[in-house]
Amino acid sequence: MASLIACPHCGRRPKEEFTIKGAALVRPEPEADADTWFDHVYLRDNPRGRYAEFWHHTSGCRRWLVVTRDTATHELEETRDAALWRRETAR
Amino acid sequence: MRYSALSILKNGLFGNKGWKPAWRTPAPKPHYDVVIVGGGGHGLATAYYLAKEFGITNVAVVEKGYVGSGNVGRNTTIIRSNYLLPGNNPFYELSMKLWEGLEQDFNFNAMVSQRGVLNLFHSDAQRDAYTRRGNAMQLHGVDADLLDREAVRAMVPFLDFDNARFPIQGGLLQKRGGTVRHDAVAWGYARGADMRGVDILQNCEVTGIRQSQGRVLGVETTRGFIACNKLALAAAGNSSRVAEMAGLKLPMESHVLQAFVSEGLKPFIDGVVTFGAGHFYVSQSDKGGLVFGGDIDGYNSYAQRGNLATVEHVAEAGKAMIPALSRIRVLRSWGGVMDMSMDGSPVIDRTPIDNLYLNAGWCYGGFKATPASGFCFAHLLARDAPQATATAFRLDRFKRGYLIDEKGQGAQPNLH
Repeated sequence: MASLIACPHCGRRPKEEFTIKGAALVRPEPEADADTWFDHVYLRDNPRGRYAEFWHHTSGCRRWLVVTRDTATHELEETRDAALWRRETAR
Repeated sequence: MRYSALSILKNGLFGNKGWKPAWRTPAPKPHYDVVIVGGGGHGLATAYYLAKEFGITNVAVVEKGYVGSGNVGRNTTIIRSNYLLPGNNPFYELSMKLWEGLEQDFNFNAMVSQRGVLNLFHSDAQRDAYTRRGNAMQLHGVDADLLDREAVRAMVPFLDFDNARFPIQGGLLQKRGGTVRHDAVAWGYARGADMRGVDILQNCEVTGIRQSQGRVLGVETTRGFIACNKLALAAAGNSSRVAEMAGLKLPMESHVLQAFVSEGLKPFIDGVVTFGAGHFYVSQSDKGGLVFGGDIDGYNSYAQRGNLATVEHVAEAGKAMIPALSRIRVLRSWGGVMDMSMDGSPVIDRTPIDNLYLNAGWCYGGFKATPASGFCFAHLLARDAPQATATAFRLDRFKRGYLIDEKGQGAQPNLH
């Protein structure tokens, strides 16, 4: 993976500044049934290829980001603010 | 051919022309009783114990690369059974017992060396945690010794005992832990399985799983369709990919773990030493190189290579533990792809598909588990019931809430 990550707020920053949370998933409604929650908490597509992930810019702007990259080539495709991503995936 | 001192002597006298390949290169048969996907340590061990202990010899192991090209050849060769939880401990102790008799059992020199595994602790709280773990081990009949600072100093005097942030207060020692020549484990199991009639099909990648009416019929491979009565998946690192071919979604992510070896040095570190204040473990190979590693990189990856940030982190942790490492040059580093499960523990279980069996989720602890994993998976395949020490490794435990979370991290694979 690239050693510099393009944060939408801070520009290109060293990878060590970021903390990786994992798969960028939309949280189910609190009233959703147990199967939906089980799927959300435990099951993963775990693709070989394009993958969107929550990253936190811990030592920078402290914003949550969604980083889209390739899990086989480590190529970075896109970095977005998570709030923006959330608004667009909700639509 | 049985390997012995006599066979070495005899072949030596005749110019070593009598040695045969350790296993055959057969063409795939159209049908097997059991097809095992994955010719790594766990897949080959499964085939070996199926043939030797359970009398099922019409078995194929299909491997996309060559035998031992995955994680069994990419680990730091450590074996231990110092687990805390009742779901884990008896299983890993079974593995340790199998390691102890392995070389005689499969007639291959795997260089099993019980040189001891020492886990350092650096605070009162950590001493309490290690005491608890040592007590749990002893209650399960596993050896554990709690060492104070001076006893640790007598064993490994070159550690940074008075580090300002992480002073070493003592350690938990498992004397029966140690290291094993990892490649030889794959070769020994492959040879032992092959001798008993198992077909090892290398360069044979599974591209699909053919099903009908809720049952698996066989696997589509790059060498054609192979039918089977039972299909066993042991493709750690790629378990999600193979399971997806059968329509299953697993509680796992694939992560990369790096390992390193230094230039050859004179004898320096006798056993395995692990840092308690960071993630770092080191041993010295018989060739003299220091073999060491740290944490996973922390992001999903199918690339068998890691990131420089992690290299730096591992080097810093190593230097904090053994200051003398600062001038040592690293020869090689490499990465392996791990199935990181949602609770840090593995799965050896049946699946919702009747004749499909799963062995997966070994996180970065798969190597030490190889013999018991093979034995228990073979038991499950042969008898359709879990082996007594592997009853907790159920696939549905996540749904039922019976997690086996040694670290107590929750459903966050990159923290296990």
